[in-house]
Amino acid sequence: MNGPTTSTASGAAAAPADGTATATAPAGAGVWRSPLFWLGLALAVAALCVLPFLVKNYRVFQFNLVLVYAIAILGLNILTGFNGQISLGHGAFYAVGAYAAAILMERAGVPYWATLPVAGALCFVFGFLMGFPALRLGGHYLAVATLALALAVPQLLKYKLIEGWTGGVQGIVLNKPEPPFSFRFLGQPFNSDRWLYFFTLAVVVVMFWLAWNLLHGRVGRALIAIRDHPIAASAMGINLPVFKSLTFGVSAAFTGVAGALGASVIAFVSPDSFTVNLSIFLLVGMVVGGLASIPGAFFGAIFIQFVPNIADEISKSAPAAIYGVLLIGLMYLMPTGVMGLVRTLWLRWRSRFSAAASSSNARPKET
Amino acid sequence: MEGFLHQVFAGVANGCIYGSVALALVMIYQATHHLNFAQGEMATFSTFIAWALIQQGWPYWAAFAVTVAVSFAAGLVIQRVVLRPVERAPVLTNVNVFIGLLLIFNALSGWLFDHTVKSFPSPFAQESFLKTRFFSAHEMGSFLVMMAVLLALYAFFRFTSLGLAMRAAALNPDSARLVGIRVSWMLAVGWGLAAAIGAVAGMMVAPVVFLDPNMMAGILLYGFASALLGGVDNPFGAVIGGLVVGVLENLLGAYVIGTELKLTVALVLIVGTLTLMPAGLFGKRVVTRV
Amino acid sequence: MPSLLEVADLTAAYGATQVLHGVSFAIEAGQITAVLGANGAGKTTTLRAVCQMVRTGGSVRFEGRELVGSATENVVRLGVAHVPDGRGTFAALSVEENLRLGAYVRRDKPRVAEDIERMYARFPRLKERRHQQAGTLSGGEQQMLAISRALMLRPKLLLLDEPSFGLAPKIVAEIFRILSTINAEDKVSMLLVEQNAHLALGLAQHAYLLETGRVALSGTSQALMADESVRRVYLGY
Repeated sequence: MNGPTTSTASGAAAAPADGTATATAPAGAGVWRSPLFWLGLALAVAALCVLPFLVKNYRVFQFNLVLVYAIAILGLNILTGFNGQISLGHGAFYAVGAYAAAILMERAGVPYWATLPVAGALCFVFGFLMGFPALRLGGHYLAVATLALALAVPQLLKYKLIEGWTGGVQGIVLNKPEPPFSFRFLGQPFNSDRWLYFFTLAVVVVMFWLAWNLLHGRVGRALIAIRDHPIAASAMGINLPVFKSLTFGVSAAFTGVAGALGASVIAFVSPDSFTVNLSIFLLVGMVVGGLASIPGAFFGAIFIQFVPNIADEISKSAPAAIYGVLLIGLMYLMPTGVMGLVRTLWLRWRSRFSAAASSSNARPKET
Repeated sequence: MEGFLHQVFAGVANGCIYGSVALALVMIYQATHHLNFAQGEMATFSTFIAWALIQQGWPYWAAFAVTVAVSFAAGLVIQRVVLRPVERAPVLTNVNVFIGLLLIFNALSGWLFDHTVKSFPSPFAQESFLKTRFFSAHEMGSFLVMMAVLLALYAFFRFTSLGLAMRAAALNPDSARLVGIRVSWMLAVGWGLAAAIGAVAGMMVAPVVFLDPNMMAGILLYGFASALLGGVDNPFGAVIGGLVVGVLENLLGAYVIGTELKLTVALVLIVGTLTLMPAGLFGKRVVTRV
Repeated sequence: MPSLLEVADLTAAYGATQVLHGVSFAIEAGQITAVLGANGAGKTTTLRAVCQMVRTGGSVRFEGRELVGSATENVVRLGVAHVPDGRGTFAALSVEENLRLGAYVRRDKPRVAEDIERMYARFPRLKERRHQQAGTLSGGEQQMLAISRALMLRPKLLLLDEPSFGLAPKIVAEIFRILSTINAEDKVSMLLVEQNAHLALGLAQHAYLLETGRVALSGTSQALMADESVRRVYLGY
């Protein structure tokens, strides 16, 4: 767990082989000035905007879920990947965010976009409070405690006393938000799902930008320091209890916002949507994408959204078994996830490239 | 008063199961310093194996014995094959592997034995001599079985050479190697024992809650709570922790909050114990020098 | 006839830090050999390398058999007992359990019981405390226990890492006297690592001086005691 966290002039740092990765800026700082970069970015944005009109409704719905899960996984990664606090219970924060949004929309008539900050704030408090007992727990103890949270929340949501708010076992059915204007493009109507696609995309951009800023500054380095050398970090003046609890809060807030968004996208919340499986899926998504990697969240989200559908065709129990085999396999072979693999390949390609460049500029040996 | 006593005794009966699961967890923790999240699913799968044998016409105790033996072997193999490569890896890696095992066993149970709820026989006939005023025959029988397991374990660790070697390997692996103990195999045996104990717990609880792939999820949580309460490195503590948790759960359920929030009770117990009494009731306080 | 222990070009490293840079020596059966040197010279690492507790290169031959690449548990089974620095007793287990563990690999149960009694005869203080937890014993008693445990193996070679560390001079003298007796009576060869050169040279017949991972001097104890540089640097006069 001793990965260097400094960025070299060219921006790439080594990924330690023990399964953790450091947050670094990809590619070089100079890439921002390249016109090729801006062209590529413009093309990517255009593609993203056209995409929902090229595919059927259901696919758009699935894309929306991928985006939602990406935010949720990012939240988990902030806590577990960057700060080393293991959480097997992030499904609970997702559920709280989703139910908060549902209750606000259904019982208080709050518009869907306003539920996001409320859900985020609520989950921040919830996570922050959860962070206090977590301070004294490390490693598997925290894992057990968060697992307990994941198992307890669905049962709590079915509790008779609060049925009036939560809708009990049946949950709450919601209306999907209507798009603010309507038109047709490429033969497809601009309906709820497509509107939600753009809305979710905007939220994703905001959340990821927030995370990027947070994790690439002093805060990020403090988080990683706490993860890898807590005693040294504390000795250097980082206030561990505050930082760790705040991290818990921020992580929960991210996942809570994802939950609130998910409630609008699926237009339904029920206790059985938020079982311990969700927490495990988020964990799998984080591991697949890569610990302590912001872009990895997308790969993880794509994975957990689409793999179960494919696996379901084999057998009802298959998705879980495949996840299980994959988790174990990844721990042996690719503990740094997809992004870790990408980083390793990138470094290898760069070193080969620079070796070729320097050999063509060979200087006479100095004595 | 009668009702209260009844609740207490029912709690003790449940507590036996929690104590058994906690015992399995402590067994692995003592040897490896890891908490096996897959313990519940492994126990469920073992119980399914027993069920299948009984369906084939095997007499109960024969199926019981074979299941325990097979579980022991499986636990041993799993440690050697799946866990050894990540023995020295960080905690999160190990936790991921345990979760992976949890998923695989749960899926296997569902795939091989489908998801319909099944009944599982109790070896203790309803009206047998075991039945007392406050305990059903099965409850008394489960209690006796657990006591037998505990005594057998105690005797094994206290009086046999292998048991002594396992304790040594868990206490001080380097010194253990210096007296010729094959420490990795000791870990494997620890896993085997835990799997066997888990199988026994599963077969004792199945007649009561009925057998399906998700049978042990809540029970595992209570097993954790019991192990933590008793002190996660103390087998006796695990059993006592189990009894305390069982009684508490029943009393709270009957008189305070109703039976619907049992898992929340487990959560509060776990977080409470870890926050207020990290070493549990009987565990050793570990002081880390900076 | 091959030496009891032959070490050739031994290298050892902890991770990326190399500690031994090619150590070579040999010890004959029946002898007590001392390994001297300052802190960080690699003395403890040498013993650990013999037991394969650290990544090694080169060759370590015990009774002609190559040890490099074997597991520690198998080296022990060949008859090499190691008393590590810090004693390495099982603190939570009783004195008697510690002794029983020393004989773990032996198959001759009745003789094991005999040997335990012999240890008690040699170290009466252990007998008084036979059912006490090893961690509650004093430093000197723990050292006696550690040595006894190692001897329960009936080893051909006994490795001792800083047996005098942290002990009062009187206890140390007693222990060294007993070590000498063990060597003479039970014919147990010993390889002794000591920072206290005086003590070591008093007990051992041969000695090697390690400096930053290499053998700097070797010879009989008398020769080393007479050597100018050894006297000045390690014996203090």
